[in-house]
Amino acid sequence: MKRLYLFQGGVHPSGQKISQNAPIEELGAPDRVVVPLSQHIGAPCEATVAPGDRVKKGDRVGQATGFVSVNIHAPISGVVKSIGTFPHPVGRPLPAVEIESDGEDTWADTLKPREDYMDLSPETLKEIIQDMGIVGMGGAAFPTHVKLSPPKEKPIDTFIINGAECEPYLTADHRLMLEEPESIIAGARIAMRILGVTRGIIAIESNKPDAIEKMKELTEDILELGVVALKVRYPQGAEKQLIKTLLNREVPFLGGLPMDVGAVVQNVGTLSAIFKAVRFGIPLIERITTVTGSGVRAPKNLRVRIGTPIKVLIEACRGFTSEIGKVIMGGPMMGVSQHSLEAPVVKGTSGILFQPVAEVQAVVAQPCIRCGSCIRACPARLMPTVLGVFAQRDMFEEAERCDVVECIECGCCNYVCPAKIPLVQLLRYAKAEVLARRKAA
Amino acid sequence: MLIAIFCLSGLGLLASLGLGFVAKRFAVEVDPRVEAVERLLHGINCGACGYPSCSQFARAVVEQGVSAVGCVACGEDTAMAIAEVMGVEAVLAEKKVAVVLCKGGRGESATKFSYRGVEDCKAAVIVSGGDKACPYGCLGLGTCKRVCPFDAVVISENGLTVIDTERCTGCGICVKECPKGVIQLVPAGKEVSILCHSTEKGAEVRKKCEVGCIACETCVRVCPFDAIFMEGSLAVLDHERCRVCGLCIVRCPTHTIEGRDRVFPRVEIMADTCSGCGICSMICPVNAIEGEKKEVHQVSGERCVGCLLCIDRCPKEAIRIKAPADSTLGVASQ
Repeated sequence: MKRLYLFQGGVHPSGQKISQNAPIEELGAPDRVVVPLSQHIGAPCEATVAPGDRVKKGDRVGQATGFVSVNIHAPISGVVKSIGTFPHPVGRPLPAVEIESDGEDTWADTLKPREDYMDLSPETLKEIIQDMGIVGMGGAAFPTHVKLSPPKEKPIDTFIINGAECEPYLTADHRLMLEEPESIIAGARIAMRILGVTRGIIAIESNKPDAIEKMKELTEDILELGVVALKVRYPQGAEKQLIKTLLNREVPFLGGLPMDVGAVVQNVGTLSAIFKAVRFGIPLIERITTVTGSGVRAPKNLRVRIGTPIKVLIEACRGFTSEIGKVIMGGPMMGVSQHSLEAPVVKGTSGILFQPVAEVQAVVAQPCIRCGSCIRACPARLMPTVLGVFAQRDMFEEAERCDVVECIECGCCNYVCPAKIPLVQLLRYAKAEVLARRKAA
Repeated sequence: MLIAIFCLSGLGLLASLGLGFVAKRFAVEVDPRVEAVERLLHGINCGACGYPSCSQFARAVVEQGVSAVGCVACGEDTAMAIAEVMGVEAVLAEKKVAVVLCKGGRGESATKFSYRGVEDCKAAVIVSGGDKACPYGCLGLGTCKRVCPFDAVVISENGLTVIDTERCTGCGICVKECPKGVIQLVPAGKEVSILCHSTEKGAEVRKKCEVGCIACETCVRVCPFDAIFMEGSLAVLDHERCRVCGLCIVRCPTHTIEGRDRVFPRVEIMADTCSGCGICSMICPVNAIEGEKKEVHQVSGERCVGCLLCIDRCPKEAIRIKAPADSTLGVASQ
């Protein structure tokens, strides 16, 4: 049994994994998709198609515009209807490619399956990963090939396979680990080959005993891979916190990355996508998304094409139970509220949560009572209450000195605050101002 | 007792001698004019002049010969007084005031969602760009009110920012701070403003707001001075050319253009000098002047919008502003 360490802070929200027993269902190709050109952290893509072009499933429609950028592919076969600005999960309209289905859903003939993929050089593998548009599928959507390219002076000794899924409600990774564990393991071996690492740890929270069992069974004969059951705690699945728990290593404060302490973390969904891209040449055009919450009749885990509007998913889950008060893309702790059901599923959409009106509390923020709960709960070791006051009073220099940019926006402070102060919003605001000022200076 | 008195007096004497010596020997020469100028300034340190404080600006005026007009917060009188201190003549800059280019309050404009969070525009725009359906609209959460050093900003019951033009000094801090860029500085005497800055297509604007510019171009057509032009789907007013006639205010179908309580004048024709040439009735853009050839013409008080075009063109100088002016167009048009 591997010894576990504790990361500081964190909270224990109720799990609410109501969709954990729902097997993955194929949603299939919708009539129309809107594929945003910016689905990852980094430079947006440039469209490579024009209105009227015929595309097949898997054809490239967006070209990466830099190292920190990945390609985007057509999730259905059909005709490019327009290229313009469309609703995006971030809340404001952004450039996207609109494709109308021809109903045939045929694959592009450019797909390149590779039997001997384990003999390819790490460079070729990374190229395939960028070309196939693979990004981190846990939610942040950071281009995967960048994370797999640590500089020489930073040797990596441990590869962590992140199956923690610590956000309440979400079960997409859980189902993937139960139903397609082989693809995750194969993907992990590809990533480990790229990094030249011989130790891999599959980290799963102990509220998924069946997944832990399954993974243990499959990795029994694989010496380099081990499975670790984690104690349930949010935000266990955040990179820095996961590294601390497993390796007792602290990612350096202020701009440090996991690679600084010899670790690389990848989500299980990402690894499965890497395997499919490398082995079968299938680009990232679909993902597993949990459609959940007491607002939908049948919470499900759906395999959804990228670009499918949210409203299509609702029909697949037999509609709403009552009037909906809030729609959150992502989990309840870190997700982004949506104001339009036209917003499409993107590469980072791990789940969509529907809350009925009755569940949405209309709270009014009260003055801070200086209880310090947020400081105890903060996994980034910040003082949210102090930073919140700085943000309210435009004291951004002070906020910068108190390291507001280290905030991971996990929402723990908000969750525990008895005065219901919107701390995450204040910290995000301060963070944005500080970064803007740095850029200007 | 006596010893104590002597000791303390002695100490006092020593200290005063020391202080006196230091005051003479290390005195810093301060131009008395700096202090005089500083006393004339507001002392509110708004920073609009480009200097961090009023005293530094005062020093710049005295030592570097910076024009006193640089203080936008001070009025004409102060500038004159400072010029007097400096012994130069003041060249006055045009006074400007801030105007909020949005008229769509909670009643008139649609929202995307109900916002519950930090009561500040800059914090609200990070949540899907704010709750207003129009991405250009004033959020009315009062970032400008918070930063205004002159208390010139009021948030109306309608959730819209209103600027008290009496108090506004045109320092421009709110213009810089507004995350929606909805505030603009305009010349104080030119009260007419097009209160919309959405560059979206007309149909899109109409869906989101009752009082936004729908790009019908009526104002462009009616303006007798060519002061309004289209920038994409938005009518823009050139304040240089605007003669504040108020014709656009009357004609704008969405009431987007406003006159900020300006009292618009009316004209009348002096019967004894009018020769009945008919030029005025030809050029009047609102057909407010009627009359037979060679006979005295009449101005219809109801139609006249006070553009004063006729006064300039009358060869006999027979038209004059009617006193007192009796209606405010901005209010009347609503």
